[in-house]
Amino acid sequence: METNSINKRLAGLLSDGFLAVYFLFALFPILWMVLVSLKSGEELFTTQFIFHPTLENYRAIFFGDTRVGAGVVAKQEFPQYFLNSLIASTGAVILSLLVGVPAAYALARFNFKGKEDLAFTFLSFRFAPEMVVIIPLSVIYRQLGLYDTYFGIIWVYQLVTLPLLIWVLRSYFEDISPDIEQAAMIDGYPWWRIFWNILLPLVRPGLAAAALLAFVFAWNNFIFPLVLGGSHVQTVTVASLGYISSAQGFFNRMAAASVISSIPQIVLALSIQRYLIRGLSFGAVKG
Amino acid sequence: MTEEKLQPPLGVRIRPWLIALPALIVLIGILYPFLTAIYYSFTAYALNRPGSLDQFVGFRNYVRMFTDDDFLYSTYITFAYALLSTGVELVLGLAVALLLNRESRFAKILTPTLIFPMMIAPVIGTLIWKMMMQPSVGILNPMLNLVGLPSLQWAAVPETALFSVVLVDVWMFTPFAALILTAGLRSFPSAPFEAARVDGASFWFTFRNLTLPMLTPFILIVVVFRLMDSLKMFDIIFAMTEGGPGRTLMTYQLTAYRTSFQFQRLAQGLPYAILLYIIIYITSFYLIKFWGRAQRRAAGY
Repeated sequence: METNSINKRLAGLLSDGFLAVYFLFALFPILWMVLVSLKSGEELFTTQFIFHPTLENYRAIFFGDTRVGAGVVAKQEFPQYFLNSLIASTGAVILSLLVGVPAAYALARFNFKGKEDLAFTFLSFRFAPEMVVIIPLSVIYRQLGLYDTYFGIIWVYQLVTLPLLIWVLRSYFEDISPDIEQAAMIDGYPWWRIFWNILLPLVRPGLAAAALLAFVFAWNNFIFPLVLGGSHVQTVTVASLGYISSAQGFFNRMAAASVISSIPQIVLALSIQRYLIRGLSFGAVKG
Repeated sequence: MTEEKLQPPLGVRIRPWLIALPALIVLIGILYPFLTAIYYSFTAYALNRPGSLDQFVGFRNYVRMFTDDDFLYSTYITFAYALLSTGVELVLGLAVALLLNRESRFAKILTPTLIFPMMIAPVIGTLIWKMMMQPSVGILNPMLNLVGLPSLQWAAVPETALFSVVLVDVWMFTPFAALILTAGLRSFPSAPFEAARVDGASFWFTFRNLTLPMLTPFILIVVVFRLMDSLKMFDIIFAMTEGGPGRTLMTYQLTAYRTSFQFQRLAQGLPYAILLYIIIYITSFYLIKFWGRAQRRAAGY
């Protein structure tokens, strides 16, 4: 009995030890990014952990670089990149909500021919290699004048946001007992009032979480704005590559830009933790 | 005749389609480029040659792809990347999930931070790692030296390039596997596990005969998402080396990108993307089917 409890405690300690190593691996790069973002140019190459922290890099990416000289790209456009990401991601989520919520409802509540095929088609966009769409779209967008426009990016982001919203919301609608609707129908309410006044409020938490997660994925997207956007709609993900390739001395600027552009996702993700697993698994796991 | 009568009126039958109509319009807007992609792949379309869109060349682009000297290597690297990262993430994620699923205050504090690597944009996460691997400001080599290991050149040399990008993928997406599997473990009924404990079953016996079969649907979800995503991974490889050094990391997606945009031979890059789409579609179709079966089996049917 005595050795048993010692063994148990030892196993617990070993388990916590393994977890500690894993979490060090998972969190250290983020911590390091924050540290580098607080380093001045002089200390960047000379010190690892002990240095004089400065907010110079944050000031530089927002208000312009004091060191701008020959061959060094000024990166004070950062607020514009941030705004571009915000407009494109928000627009994409709003469009997806407008068209996706009714579609999710139809897929959850009605039995019609080709229902599963339709649902799978939406899902298949999530798994389609982006190049299949991007290569022809780069031609089509130039013909239609959508290249390097917000609408163009918002439209192609539907590949990211729409499947997520439709599948997650469908699972939330399916959770609601049809009895509620039938009772309301017997009372003589038309289907759209039932949908708007009864069902929508019931799925609202899930709806909000799914929308926020879709926002994060749109914000994080890189490949679509890389090819289909130019300088007008450049997002933070595309712009961040510029910091590392433009000059050696910009690692600390890049780190500051990374910190700023990662904060929204981490805050959003923490705020929807309870709904995160269902969102990440497209409704398959009801975490 | 009676069947006709049982059918609901037309207005009711088309209602779901009407409700889904806005989404269908978006769907068409997305399907159109898919079809265009297939059409383009049969032409000689190149961005720097006007009029080449009308040059129909049949299967020439496909024949070129299959007979290209680098095609086999491209196939190898696409699958090596996908299978390695999915495999490691599954095993490591399972270990983390099992350890998190205990009565431990330590585990409870750490769980919320699990999502951080996954929520940062893949490009930015990769750039952080690239910085850490960098010879002058990087920290990984000093850390290796500290424990007596020699410095590595990471993604800069062919020998360790694949390892470097898989490492970033594992860092970024192991939390996904761990989260899904933790949710799976939490959803289990406690009765069979208590019975096993009362009967004095060993950890491995319980794991093999109870945990693993019940976890199979969740494992399959991880595999579907991670395998499909890593087969088409672009962001990590592009941000790290743009497919280099040389052709070391030229997967299907990277080859399609380089051929179509950097070399401007738009139609020639498409077969790689289309082939990848077919591979992903078939694999996901069977995996999802298998998932449905595993789910029913885990539920005891």
